[in-house]
Amino acid sequence: MELREFINFPGLTFPGLKITLLKPDIFFKQWYSWYSKIHSSHLESPLEVFHNHVYRLGIPDSHIVLMLADDMACNYRNPKPATVFSHKNMELNVYGDDVEVDYRGYEVTVENFLRVLTGRLPPSTPRSKRLLSDDRSNILIYLTGHGGNGFLKFQDSEEISNMELADAFEQMWQKRRYNELLFIIDTCQGASMYERFYSPNLMALASSQVGEDSLSHQPDLGIGVHLMDKYTFYLLEFLEEVHPASQANMNDLFKVCPQSQCVSTPGHRTDLFQRDPGSVLITDFFGSVRKVEITKDTINLTSPVEPPIKRSGSSDIQIESLTYVDQLPVAEIIHQKPKQKDWHPPDGFILGLWTLILLVFFQTYGIKHLKHIF
Amino acid sequence: MPEKQRGRYAALAIAAVVIVVGIPLWWKTTETYRAWLPFSEISELDSLQLQLSVDIEVVFSRGTLTPEQQKKFPLSHVNEKEHQVDAKTGLRYKYETRYRTATIMEEDALNQPTAAEADLSLHMLSESSCGSVVVYVIPESSTLLPEVRFRAFVYFYILKSLLKLIMLIPAVYFQDVKVYVGQRRTALLRSPPFKTSWNLKEVLSNLDVEVEQVVSTMSFGHQDIVAALSNRVRMTKVTKESMADSMRAIKSSPGYEITFSLLNPDPKSHSLHWDIEGAVQSYIQPLLNKLAPIANFSVDSQILYYAVLGVNPRFDNSVSAYTLSADSLSHVINPVEARLGSNAASSNPVLNFLLYVPDAHHSPLFIRDHSKREVPSNAFHSPRWGGIMVYNVNEMYGPEAERPVDININMAKVMGVFLAQLRLMLGVQHTHPPTGFVLQSPGSAGLADWELDRLLWSRSVENIATASTTITSLAQLLDQIGNIVINDNIAQQVSSAVTSLQSAVAELEAGNLAFALQYSREAILASERAFFDPSLLHLLYFPDDQKFAIYIPLFLPMCVPIVLSLLKIVSEAKKRRADKQAKSD
Repeated sequence: MELREFINFPGLTFPGLKITLLKPDIFFKQWYSWYSKIHSSHLESPLEVFHNHVYRLGIPDSHIVLMLADDMACNYRNPKPATVFSHKNMELNVYGDDVEVDYRGYEVTVENFLRVLTGRLPPSTPRSKRLLSDDRSNILIYLTGHGGNGFLKFQDSEEISNMELADAFEQMWQKRRYNELLFIIDTCQGASMYERFYSPNLMALASSQVGEDSLSHQPDLGIGVHLMDKYTFYLLEFLEEVHPASQANMNDLFKVCPQSQCVSTPGHRTDLFQRDPGSVLITDFFGSVRKVEITKDTINLTSPVEPPIKRSGSSDIQIESLTYVDQLPVAEIIHQKPKQKDWHPPDGFILGLWTLILLVFFQTYGIKHLKHIF
Repeated sequence: MPEKQRGRYAALAIAAVVIVVGIPLWWKTTETYRAWLPFSEISELDSLQLQLSVDIEVVFSRGTLTPEQQKKFPLSHVNEKEHQVDAKTGLRYKYETRYRTATIMEEDALNQPTAAEADLSLHMLSESSCGSVVVYVIPESSTLLPEVRFRAFVYFYILKSLLKLIMLIPAVYFQDVKVYVGQRRTALLRSPPFKTSWNLKEVLSNLDVEVEQVVSTMSFGHQDIVAALSNRVRMTKVTKESMADSMRAIKSSPGYEITFSLLNPDPKSHSLHWDIEGAVQSYIQPLLNKLAPIANFSVDSQILYYAVLGVNPRFDNSVSAYTLSADSLSHVINPVEARLGSNAASSNPVLNFLLYVPDAHHSPLFIRDHSKREVPSNAFHSPRWGGIMVYNVNEMYGPEAERPVDININMAKVMGVFLAQLRLMLGVQHTHPPTGFVLQSPGSAGLADWELDRLLWSRSVENIATASTTITSLAQLLDQIGNIVINDNIAQQVSSAVTSLQSAVAELEAGNLAFALQYSREAILASERAFFDPSLLHLLYFPDDQKFAIYIPLFLPMCVPIVLSLLKIVSEAKKRRADKQAKSD
């Protein structure tokens, strides 16, 4: 499965102040494997959302954690390598120059997903693979892929259950790792995934109810897989209308993709959310606007005792040039002689093979015939 | 028949082995290892009763009190205030005030011409401990404190004396300076008028109001402490100001990374030189050294070429300069942030300080605030992120200069702005002293000792609150989810966190602020390490139907023959007893 997270910082409105303090959200996405039977690659969905919308609305890459289980762009079946298109017209390459995939391939596991959410990563994990949210962050999680009643598939061999997800969110709440969390899931029977949530300030959206399947949107006959899911497609269409100053709220998001368009019935859950959904802006989660204050006070500092180095003239001053440390002695490696390998006695397999040959030989010919051979 | 007998014994023996040996063995081997945790002590920590003790010393210099009034000195007095923040958190403030007369050396020090020099000499005499406040009461007629703050000193002096003669207006009406707060922990208080006929109690009660004002400026305020408890307490009763302060300041963390970046969008025209190393050494490092008890700081710098602001500035004809309005400032940061590097190895919060030199075609560039006025510092900051300053260089060269022009950036001016922003980011609270107070400027360290004390108070409380919630939620979590393995190292971290927390609370009660902060830092480090230990992942969650699915194929085939044979034995025994019964009849 592929997941994508966007980290957003929180939004808090002061009564009386006009500026809303908003920070980017965390946005997860999950993708399904390329070789699917029913709905194929949901790969474009997270990329499209990332490239077009969330990035446009202001969330920087450092606040996005993207997990992709399949590398579609470099897959050998991709007729146009290093590109992923969201529409069969091939107008927009959603796998642009600046897409930063944080977890790819086999790194996308239930364990890593839960570790990222709860923050229990080994100390050697770099910043880009961590969820560095605080108590003022709004987090957006988007999952897409294959699922069932109470679970979501990862990598065709693992699943994450709704109870585990609920427990992970509770741990995040205990450690004040989020202010508000929006959970969007686009899988079959997606509503079952949010049934077990019990932490405050969670809002959830799913593409289908328990017992229903989520269907995909349009196939690309050239590759033979579907490009996007219906719910995600209409969700993206809705997000096209949203710009950084938009006043669209969550109630509009709940109306996306009614049954007439999606065949499945999208569901949502807001009972754990403290604010009224009508007052929650879409940009609270999908976008990010930083609060800014003018610096009014400065400190009067006196110049230091030594005057700064006067640099006069331009071309004839030689500034000490800095060089990279010679980390890898390439010259030595190239001209290295192959290392003398120590001799090891033959290994178990070879010994076994020879024993077998000898046994068969003696079995066939018998010991007493040996003198005829030698 | 012996065969049947043997069979019966065999079945019974197998059943016995399964029950006596098998079941305990299976239970033991499928048990998760859970080291012992001090759950009882942790549940005690759930309800936090904090006591903050402040040592106040009030020193009367010669001429403020009559010898009669001074007879009872030295005297001490304790004042306690209690606040119940919510059901589980209570605060108690204990102000221990000691009154005494000044020593000869202190009198000498107070005889200096200006208040600043007096403050310096007083500091040379004795070092007051962290968190304490010393107030020197000087006579009303003393010339140490400037009588008025206006430049037209002489005029107002004469006017005031005349008016005083005519109308006996109290001095405070003319905005006399009442209190001078020094760079360290001392304040000079001009004595309010005392009647010589008053006894000591009346004098002190008269003075208490003034002393309380000084203490509330120099030591912690109730709103700041409550804001620091935001991890434990739902913020509904906090003022807008301290809410803004708490949102602006970065959360307490064991370390911070400070990054200074120079953005040069136009290297063809400007060749910028900035002595960042020297500037950091002289201006920033003293502040960071002073803040060392709070956190570790690491400073780095970078220069970015061809980095543009994401917003197009508008040309303003009236000042013939480019302007950035306050509304567009919020859109500046995100595009720039993507280009900034950061230390990937640490997950400490980063504070970015950017110096932007506009390109030659868009110079000069000024920032306008919401009322469209010019901003003198030409800088803005974003809470919990950092600050950006725009430095115009168009006046440093003429149009005939050879491009690229060598420009030396005035680091003193730049660092003055960055230092002010850094103070805000790190949580140095805004003080709004009452009228009549003069605060001495912080000097080279950038931070007065009493400001540091205020920060230490709120940081210690914040650390204690965070560590206690972390530990209690960890204990709750481990209790709830029985499947998580608790290793020995986690148990050790938890125990050390609990002991550090208890020590920190005790030190706060005793009034040892420095030790309290140290213990609270250890507590928070240990608790975070325990909570975020990678081994605490509860991947052992099995729904019931999966548990059955695993155990039934293993145990059912084994149990069925045993149970059936036991049943057979029982039914045979019953039959035999029935036979015996029938035979005996």
